[in-house]
Amino acid sequence: MDYRPEVTGRLTELWEGRETGILKDSPEIYNRYRTEAFSEFLRLGIPDRKNEAYKYTNLEKSFGHRYEQYFSPKPGDFREAERFHCEVEDLDVWNMVLLNGFFPRGDEGLAMLPGGIWVGSMKAAARQFPSLVEKHYNKYAQNENDGLVPLNTALATDGLFLYAPKNTVNTKPIQIVNLLHSTQDIFAQDRNLVVVEDGAQMSLLVCDHAISPQHYLTNTVTEVYVGRNARFEIIRVQNQHNDSGKITHTFIHQERDSFASSNNITLHGGLVRNATWHRLNGENAETHSYGLFLADKHQHIANFVKVDHAAPNCNSTQLFKGVLDENASGAFNGRIMVHKDAQKTNAFQSSNSIIMSDTARMDTKPQLEIYADDVKCSHGATVGQLDENALFYLRSRGIDAREAKLMLMFGFAHDVIKNIPIEALRERIDNLVLQRLRGELSRCASCAIQCN
Amino acid sequence: MQTEFLIQIKDLKASIDNKEILKGLNLEVKPGEIHAIMGPNGSGKSTLANVLTGREIATVTAGTVTFEGKNLLEMSPEERAREGIFLSFQYPIEIPGVSMVNFMKTAINEQRKHRGLEPLSASEFLRQMREKKELVEIDSALTNRSVNEGFSGGEKKKNEIFQMAMLEPRLALLDETDSGLDIDALRIVANGVNKIRRPDTSVIVITHYQRLLDYIVPDYVHVLYDGRIVRSGGPELALTLEERGYDWIKKEADVSEETWTTDQK
Repeated sequence: MDYRPEVTGRLTELWEGRETGILKDSPEIYNRYRTEAFSEFLRLGIPDRKNEAYKYTNLEKSFGHRYEQYFSPKPGDFREAERFHCEVEDLDVWNMVLLNGFFPRGDEGLAMLPGGIWVGSMKAAARQFPSLVEKHYNKYAQNENDGLVPLNTALATDGLFLYAPKNTVNTKPIQIVNLLHSTQDIFAQDRNLVVVEDGAQMSLLVCDHAISPQHYLTNTVTEVYVGRNARFEIIRVQNQHNDSGKITHTFIHQERDSFASSNNITLHGGLVRNATWHRLNGENAETHSYGLFLADKHQHIANFVKVDHAAPNCNSTQLFKGVLDENASGAFNGRIMVHKDAQKTNAFQSSNSIIMSDTARMDTKPQLEIYADDVKCSHGATVGQLDENALFYLRSRGIDAREAKLMLMFGFAHDVIKNIPIEALRERIDNLVLQRLRGELSRCASCAIQCN
Repeated sequence: MQTEFLIQIKDLKASIDNKEILKGLNLEVKPGEIHAIMGPNGSGKSTLANVLTGREIATVTAGTVTFEGKNLLEMSPEERAREGIFLSFQYPIEIPGVSMVNFMKTAINEQRKHRGLEPLSASEFLRQMREKKELVEIDSALTNRSVNEGFSGGEKKKNEIFQMAMLEPRLALLDETDSGLDIDALRIVANGVNKIRRPDTSVIVITHYQRLLDYIVPDYVHVLYDGRIVRSGGPELALTLEERGYDWIKKEADVSEETWTTDQK
């Protein structure tokens, strides 16, 4: 039976009560898009497997659950979050803790970090930088393809705002620790905007941790504007639990001579789908999309990437890797679109997965759409087992079979990790991946709260 | 039972995909001896290396292999390595993402654990790495990379000998370690083997060519043909093979085979 009409019904109730309910104080800049977005959501619906981009991903496990609350934060909710300390040593960052995607001091103004980067809630941004928000908000998100994007546009109440004005450089990476914590099963939607103006640089690390065992579903939309000659790096580390669902849609819009990289490291999560959209909108821009996931039990991890080459002389790479064990399933859907005028495009894509059990499953779907005639594009996908020759080579030096397998899996994963631009973090993630591969990483292993 | 042999191979038969490759091979090696096994392509040289190191490509159907009094064929590849068997691969494998340092540290410490020794300290390990790198004249930059990744053919072979130097085996099997090497690389690799060899280290050199044996001088030379050792001799046998090729050996062996088969009938 189709679970979706009931869920849509509950969301419609939420929508109808919005003005006295969740969207009571919402700024007009955001409200102006909501009505159209909600009807777009109703038209598109929650994606099912008839949708090309969700062909291998069944959302029922997450969307079919009956959540007790649509999360809309109150000040008292943030107490747990404020006690949290990230324990990564030598990681020199500006650290901020979010709760279920929301900034704790939502009603306070934006804060300025040394170097001149503004950070705070979307609500505060609408007050302090109305014309900037107006210029960028909802301009890059694509509301017409995937029903979950307009659902977010219609109903997200708040989120994180980051703004690097022209030629500002953050001296340290910004770390966002996003805690999932609640005493009830919740559905949360956060909406984020990142603006990196011409010549500015921003390096962003987002860590998603579930710190209480409730069911969660998060549907996150993040829009990123990268101006001329600007540089933006985002690394997501997702370490949640088997009852949590995480859907992210990240839209990175790049102007000429800019650089962007996205790195999604998924260590744990019941259902995770990361969609990363890169639009190369000006000449000589460069973009990289990386992903690594480790999945077991009944976890499902999907990566969707679209790289839009809309201007000539741009370069893009995609590298996605996964290790799947037990009954896990994974999907990779990578698209390269080269527009008619985007001559001299270089676009590369690679997806490699290792299957450790007879019951794990991986589906990959590379798609190339090329309308220019002078381009270099390639794609390759492999799904396989560990290399027997390499395994024997390690064992022939006295390393036991189990350790040898771990070393090979780690080596496989490191190929993605080595692209992380922050060294202390690279080492940390190497470690986390090793622990995860050894089965030693529980969802609470790196959490100070130790709720259980 | 005290045995004077380090390794004793008796009537060894092995098949790949039900095709018999080794057809009753006998070989005995004492501590400190160097044996060369020569033979034409397809005679079973690499299969012998596979069988001795426990690679599951070949199935042993008969015979025994005793290593220091223990049944070698019952052991896993890693157990054999820990007992002191080392194979220098004909085609060393590239392993992206696994660093040489981590690989060697893990291998050495697993072998030390097997002998009841504590893991090497970081400084002692690095000291040994440095020392052994000089012995085999391997570029320092290479050992900071992933295992064999992007190494040239010569560098890969040097890296095998470097690993041998680090692991100090009782028995080293050099499987065509000379193939594809220019004369300078050959000299470095061969001298490396001589330098790291202790008086009781035994070596089995598997090769097509006599060239390597100018540097690693064997005590015995055996000719492997059609899965059996058909002739054994001293170092001079290698020179004869170099001059006359293998055809005369093949003819002799085929004749005796025929005779043998006829006799059976």
